[in-house]
Amino acid sequence: MCIDLLKRAILVLIVVFPAVALAQPTEMELLRTAVAEMRADYDARIAELERRLAVAEQNVQQASSAATIPTPAPGRTTSANPGIGVIFSGTAWDHSNSPDEYAVAGFPYGGEAGPIEEGLALGETEIIMNANVDDKFTAWLTLALALEDGEAVTEIEEAWVETTALPAGFSARLGRFFSGIGYLNSKHVHTWDFVDQPLPYQAFLGGQLIDDGLQLRWLAPTDLYLEIGGEAMRGGQYPAASAAHDGVGSYSLFANVGGDAGSGSSWLAGLSYLDATAIDRPSGDEDDPLLFTGDSKLLGAQFVWKWSPNGNWKERNLILQGEYLKKSETGVYSGLGLVDTPYDGDQSGWYAQAIYQPIPRWRFGGRVDTLSADNPGILFDGTPLETGSSDPRRFSLMADWSNSEFSRLRLQFTRDKAGMTDENQWGLQYIHSIGAHGAHTF
Amino acid sequence: MKALLVVAALCLPAVSQANVSIFACEPEWAALADELGGEHVSTYAATTALQDPHYIQARPSLIAKVRNADLVICSGAELEIGWLPALLQKANNPKVLPGKPGYMEASAEVLRLGATTNVDRAQGDIHPQGNPHIQTNPHNIAAVAAAMARRLAQIDPQNAGVYETRSEDFLKRWQLAIAAWELKAAPLRGIRVVTHHKSWIYLEQWLGLQEAGNLEAIAGLPPTATHLSQLTALLLDNGADVIIRSPYQDGKPSEWLSERTHIPAVLLPLTVGGTSKATDLFGMFDDIIDILLGATQ
Repeated sequence: MCIDLLKRAILVLIVVFPAVALAQPTEMELLRTAVAEMRADYDARIAELERRLAVAEQNVQQASSAATIPTPAPGRTTSANPGIGVIFSGTAWDHSNSPDEYAVAGFPYGGEAGPIEEGLALGETEIIMNANVDDKFTAWLTLALALEDGEAVTEIEEAWVETTALPAGFSARLGRFFSGIGYLNSKHVHTWDFVDQPLPYQAFLGGQLIDDGLQLRWLAPTDLYLEIGGEAMRGGQYPAASAAHDGVGSYSLFANVGGDAGSGSSWLAGLSYLDATAIDRPSGDEDDPLLFTGDSKLLGAQFVWKWSPNGNWKERNLILQGEYLKKSETGVYSGLGLVDTPYDGDQSGWYAQAIYQPIPRWRFGGRVDTLSADNPGILFDGTPLETGSSDPRRFSLMADWSNSEFSRLRLQFTRDKAGMTDENQWGLQYIHSIGAHGAHTF
Repeated sequence: MKALLVVAALCLPAVSQANVSIFACEPEWAALADELGGEHVSTYAATTALQDPHYIQARPSLIAKVRNADLVICSGAELEIGWLPALLQKANNPKVLPGKPGYMEASAEVLRLGATTNVDRAQGDIHPQGNPHIQTNPHNIAAVAAAMARRLAQIDPQNAGVYETRSEDFLKRWQLAIAAWELKAAPLRGIRVVTHHKSWIYLEQWLGLQEAGNLEAIAGLPPTATHLSQLTALLLDNGADVIIRSPYQDGKPSEWLSERTHIPAVLLPLTVGGTSKATDLFGMFDDIIDILLGATQ
């Protein structure tokens, strides 16, 4: 009986085994699929059990503590709080005329505006620290270390706290900050595409408007980007001066809209307005300045368009950018023989630039910047406010090479028809950074 | 009458479709959110398969999307460090800031490979928290799916049951698919692969592929001529089976290397949409395995 069973089993094996072994590929696949399905079924069941276990564990954790989200704090400030970064820059520059005598007829510069230092020079070294203060505030500090007449000076370039928890798309910033007007105004020096600011920024904003105060921003809940902001500022910086109106000397308003056009292009357009009060505001020659007291209004319009093939920025990209600024001032000028001489004049300027990156690391760009002004009248003849015979204008070309996103070397050439005599300027610049580095805005 | 209508309109409960607005940094997480949320979520992918997610402009359109999002889901581990912080800072949306239920990093849900305490930038674009390209191992997708379903239930408790059912259904189909992929990909075990960037280490770990080299000498920097010729010599000596690049990477370096070493160069979908067949997460892995099998047979 037993032997009989064994024989039959052997017979079955003999018959079936070769059949399995010699089975058609399709049968093999069927078997494989069956095995796979069995495995998958078990895997699914095990995964399901594991998942339930994880959920149960999480529920226990949640019940025992109020903290619910296990996600670690991401971003730059995980390994160090605060995130600290340092930006190094320097230039080697050549002017065909002496930069000490550089002036633009009709546009006496104020604030930090002026030509690039001649020869080898260390630029501003910036120390940046930032971190969340708590669950409702974040803070940012930029210290600028510079050499002024051989002395090392530390300046607080930015020191602000900002809300992170306001509802309905609002945020407020308190402290010292780059004003939100214009496009270039709020850009850090290390993100500029040319070594210097364009003429309208130099002439109307003293290079870049930084002031102390309060900024309020609102972002509309729409798919079209719409941002509206306003600022109340101390008014201690050009084009304001002396912190008029008990230290609330300037106000600004700005609005930006933007969006995408296809998969590769995006754009940003904006309008801004600045109303500043100046009391004895110096401009022109540092030792023998013109002093302006009165009201200064600035209107700005800007457009930026960025393109890269399919939006893949790394390989190739193009940036087109332009801004128009118009300054209207009413008040009186003193100094250089003027005594409370009434002034009522409009000045305007614009720049347009294009930056193209044809291959990774290399970028090439060109820029035109220009100014124009009404002649303020015979009373101002012989002063820096007397306009020249033609509108000030410059043409710049640049090429830069970035080994990584943390290092950049740049060559720039400028044909300057803005100063008293036409000249060529050219030179090299390096911008390097170490440590934590904030994400760049559009 | 008009006023009455307005009041009535205001009092009506919000329509329950597309409850949760999801901003996904990468297409794979948008695809996963669609699987788990169905009609209860509306997803937006900030990047496409043709874009290098390390280098994205913090565009106005993205800021507007983050402003209105209920959940931001990104790979994390510093992959989006060059642009996501700028979006979050400009978007004024406290719901989706790190630490809130509306912010999720997929890589926090899996065991990340390559984490290091050596963050010297001389070694290139190093992510100290580990390699962020976790989506090329389907087991990682499963882990993220479970976590994402829990997060959706937390944000939209009314539909918690729906997310649970949908995630159970997805995970069942997904585990079946994984088993089939593992069976099918068995012949790939041990093959030697050369990759453009270190984007494929989770796939290598999953299928048992050996990494024979990278086209980038330093992570994140474009391949250099010197490194490519050294790599050529190395590969001529030691051999390799396939050269892999992602859709957003320049094809020239891998074609160049392929010509000289006669090792086939292939383009694999690193995410959903990377190839014409990678229309969803299932298609993405189907295609990865088909292409690798095709190239190595």
